[in-house]
Amino acid sequence: MYRYDEFDATIVAERVSQFRGQVERRLAGELTEDQFKPLRLMNGLYLQLHAYMLRVAIPYGTLSSKQMRMLSAIARKYDKGYGHFTTRQNIQFNWPALVDVPDILDDLASVEMHAIQTSGNCIRNVTSDQYAGAAADEIEDPRIWCEVIRQWSTFHPEFSFLPRKFKIAVTASDTDRAAVKVHDIGLRLHKNDAGEAGFEVIVGGGLGRTPYVGHTIREFLPKKYLLSYLEAILRVYNLEGRRDNLYKARIKILVNSEGATTFADMVEAEWAAIKKNEIDLPAEEIDRIRDYFAPPAFDKLPETSAALEERRNSDKDFARWLRTNTHEHKTPGYAIVNISLKPIGGIPGDASDVQMAAVADIAEQYSHDEIRVTHEQNLVLPHVKRDDLYAVWKALDAQALATPNIGLVSDIIACPGLDYCSLANTRSIPIAQRISERFADLNEEEDIGELKIKISGCINACGHHHVGHIGILGVDKKGEEFYQITLGGSGAEDASLGEIVGRGLSSGDAVDAVEKLIGFYRQRRQSGERFLDTYRRLGAEPFKEALYEAA
Amino acid sequence: MKLLKFSGNLLAPALEEPLSEVMLDDWRANRQAHAGATALAIPNDASLGDIVEDLSGFSTVILTFPTFKDGRAYSQARIIRERFFYTGEIRARGDVLRDQILFMTRCGFDAFEFESGDANDALGEFSFAYQASADRVEPVWRQRLSRAAAA
Amino acid sequence: MKAVTGNLLSDGSVVYLGDDDQWTSDIGAAARFEDDDALPVIAAAQLRVTEIADAYLIDVEPSGAPVGRAVIRETIRSAGPTVRTDLGLQAECCG
Repeated sequence: MYRYDEFDATIVAERVSQFRGQVERRLAGELTEDQFKPLRLMNGLYLQLHAYMLRVAIPYGTLSSKQMRMLSAIARKYDKGYGHFTTRQNIQFNWPALVDVPDILDDLASVEMHAIQTSGNCIRNVTSDQYAGAAADEIEDPRIWCEVIRQWSTFHPEFSFLPRKFKIAVTASDTDRAAVKVHDIGLRLHKNDAGEAGFEVIVGGGLGRTPYVGHTIREFLPKKYLLSYLEAILRVYNLEGRRDNLYKARIKILVNSEGATTFADMVEAEWAAIKKNEIDLPAEEIDRIRDYFAPPAFDKLPETSAALEERRNSDKDFARWLRTNTHEHKTPGYAIVNISLKPIGGIPGDASDVQMAAVADIAEQYSHDEIRVTHEQNLVLPHVKRDDLYAVWKALDAQALATPNIGLVSDIIACPGLDYCSLANTRSIPIAQRISERFADLNEEEDIGELKIKISGCINACGHHHVGHIGILGVDKKGEEFYQITLGGSGAEDASLGEIVGRGLSSGDAVDAVEKLIGFYRQRRQSGERFLDTYRRLGAEPFKEALYEAA
Repeated sequence: MKLLKFSGNLLAPALEEPLSEVMLDDWRANRQAHAGATALAIPNDASLGDIVEDLSGFSTVILTFPTFKDGRAYSQARIIRERFFYTGEIRARGDVLRDQILFMTRCGFDAFEFESGDANDALGEFSFAYQASADRVEPVWRQRLSRAAAA
Repeated sequence: MKAVTGNLLSDGSVVYLGDDDQWTSDIGAAARFEDDDALPVIAAAQLRVTEIADAYLIDVEPSGAPVGRAVIRETIRSAGPTVRTDLGLQAECCG
């Protein structure tokens, strides 16, 4: 993975000093809260319901064991013994004191981490495929380009006061695990007819109040022009994006009001005028970054592991976990391991300091020191020998980190909701907990198959409800929490936005409704169909009828 | 109104010499009537597409931050400096705050209507920058290349 | 009735303006004002910028419990996350 050189280290260290000064000026009253707020936000520091919240960047979701240990230590020392992994592959600490934050940032800097641009109207932490570097279906490691973007976007002088926040995601596989079509910019590395790799550039996707699936404005951008093209898009957006209405300020509104073709023309015109050789990195620098993402030294192993097969046959629980929580690795004899942060009845994405330290140890011993964070709020050990899977399972299970539910009904995305968030209208986590408890039977979960439930506690849609196979949106009606259900969304390569079915339900009724919808799907599915497939085949009406038929 | 300008690498209070300002729209409507103007004030929603011909006669261009959160003038400044090769003064007006002056400088501003004291500390907070911009600071990637070549 | 609430600048914790004009974490100890009387109080509270990050008025019943549109939000703020009853003021009191 990428390592800082003295330039990176100096920039991050100077950022901490700068923020320390800003905190001191705020505490002394030299800055007003209005002036301080955007400064603290650009260092990831929010003020939530109960306390400040610090969002730490985990660039493209990649962590070393040492970094994970530091997150664990911060949770223990400065917070209340836990952290929350988010849909943007970051981690949030829910209880830091403002006066401690510069020290926390110093600790993070000591392991090459930061909270830069994890909030504010700037280019946010770049997200990617959690299986990058390990997936069999990728054409190259997308994190090379994520790191190129990270450096370019860090303290970009022109793009730090954009109309609104700006999120970029990169994938290099046909299977889209990075939700690139619902980002401000989605980049899909693929090969053209000549066999050269380049980017499909997708712009103007996003969730929130006005959800859109993004538009492809360029089918093939040669890789070397990535930064100049991004600069052109960002400049058009900075100058032309709406600033009169917070809810219409994202680039998706500009793209859709201009029309994707016109917007593409505006970008191309700007790009033609940009001095590319000032912005695009020379091959030497890209190669320097690429070298950091060279695959670890994998052993030459047979495809199958006899030890593993023996355990699979003798231990049904292990066999189930293998089915649900492991994924094919590009190297023979290796597997990708998903660590579920969704224990039945638990808080999606939360991990204790003890769990984080345990994951760090397991990764160090069994996964070449690497950990990934997924946008579905789980963790990944990307490079585990098949021979070691049983030991890894045992070690994870000892920390309640082996719930075999990846991609299943209890693997729910939920935003923090009104239990923590000052923007939320309703709670999200309790709904996730109740659905998860309702489907606690793992045989039933496996029978239901892939089902993505996503819950947001307000229209800002941090829980991605628009792209849930079943989405749940909390709405406040005169001081009462109601939940509106959407069906048929997807954030993957077959991206679509869910359709609202019916009126808002109480929290109890919403959980019942999910059960009814799943029951209907099980009655009507054809062989091999996921919930989403059955929904797409039958359409919304029969599902609505099933939902509202006399209970 | 206090005005800060560069003197070498440092910002220093400058004497406010009288400017004869004209708004871009007024200038475009009647250039004759504003022939004596020395400063062109460009609103931050103005299209810059055809502005290059207007620039040459002015010693100062004034760009505006209605609030510090409205960052359009950063792009305008870079275009005026890097694409139109304007070498006169680009002055920041409006909600100009200490913690934004470094970004403004990097985008090509070199004069600031700034209320609150000294801003030199803010300019020195970072030793390096990742990206090339209008200030001709050598970006980190280029410094890496030179260092690798020297090694 | 109204009460003044905010988050302390130094650590972000939830506080209410008490009868003694000091900040308290106990909503039960918050000073309560008739609606008209609350305006000068909140205006004065908002000037205490080195003590609090923000300050605003909430609707409360005469008993002190939150009421009105923001009742869920303010109830959760006063107690702590409903999904972590071991945290927040709810964990400290009434044990």
